[in-house]
Amino acid sequence: MKKIFQYSYLASLLVLAACQKNIKNDDAASLAGGVPPQAEVYAQGDQMARPAINTVFVGSSRKDEFNTTTPSAMSAAFRTDFINKLTSFGYTTNILGLDKNTFASVLVTDVLNASTTGVTSFYNGTQVLTGRALADDVIDVELTLIFGGATGASNPGLTSDHVNGNDKPFLTSFPYMASPH
Amino acid sequence: MKRRKIFIATLLFFVVAAGIIYAADHIDAPSVTNKPTDITDVYVFRAENPDNMVFVANTQGLLTPDATADAKFDENTMIEFNIDNNGDNVEDLVIQCIAKNGKMKVYGPAAPKITGTTSYLNINKLSVQTDITSYGQAPQIGIGDNGVKVFAGPRDDPFFFDLTRFKQIIAGQATSFNNPGHDTFAGTNVMGLVVEVPKSLLNSTGTINVWAETKTATGSTAVN
Repeated sequence: MKKIFQYSYLASLLVLAACQKNIKNDDAASLAGGVPPQAEVYAQGDQMARPAINTVFVGSSRKDEFNTTTPSAMSAAFRTDFINKLTSFGYTTNILGLDKNTFASVLVTDVLNASTTGVTSFYNGTQVLTGRALADDVIDVELTLIFGGATGASNPGLTSDHVNGNDKPFLTSFPYMASPH
Repeated sequence: MKRRKIFIATLLFFVVAAGIIYAADHIDAPSVTNKPTDITDVYVFRAENPDNMVFVANTQGLLTPDATADAKFDENTMIEFNIDNNGDNVEDLVIQCIAKNGKMKVYGPAAPKITGTTSYLNINKLSVQTDITSYGQAPQIGIGDNGVKVFAGPRDDPFFFDLTRFKQIIAGQATSFNNPGHDTFAGTNVMGLVVEVPKSLLNSTGTINVWAETKTATGSTAVN
């Protein structure tokens, strides 16, 4: 039964692909600069949302696996790893008042939450995870959340790298990032 | 007591640091290191025009100025912004960006044909394309009829972090950061991709969950 489902799924995908080929031919002439290979499957290589989540919380043997696990499946696959990692840090709580299991649950689903109605900031004292702006000091935020304890004041030598901004000023207008060096 | 505390803190930091070579996500895993599929950082923020949102995905980190002119987007690698509107962490919309013949093409935001770790290109949803800006050239900006804007090309890496001091802490040569610190990423570039989208195209009720993926054409037309 399962096999039949798989074959029919496969067949429908092939039909889909065939349709796409026709679309490709129709559109090819009208698109300047050529058309990318759209009838093919694009398979995932890397994935990222919040800064440094994979690098900090996932062991080296599972980093590639994390990069190819869709976010809705991350919690089931990696939550225990994140809890264990927090345990190894001696983590108990942070300035958001999140206990270890709750913090692990927040971290493990690696998506970047962003507000479409208000100010966007990784953390600015008022906004918590409403986006990530170019100037946000995300490393200090993450170090503080991991090592700063309930008040953010624990381990003061490890909660900031004292690099508080970029080496070139950002632009106020599109494309926002500074010109290359 | 104090000494013990410092020791423990150092030890903890060593543990957290063990996996980190280049934060934020630069060269984060073996199979993407030094490839055009390596995403360095993702940013999502309100645009200069507050009716728009900006999506940034940078790739190919730690480019020296000398190496920057030769850096290219891979024509077989799609950079895909995934947007979840209803909190289930499954993408409801995708913005698919792919280079072709010196142009960066942006498809969507539009519903994906399939969700998850494989994708088909939304070929009928071309929003805008623009010339990929070359090193030293003024930004080439494309603006589509639906208001979607795109820039693609080398930019200063906006990420900042005292990685050098961090490594010293890891190695046990230091127990805390310097003040002031030194930005290890100063003077390095990335391949930048910036897409600005009218919020009206995002079908959002207030919060979106976003993640970026690089996906490479497999040559196959069927999902395994």
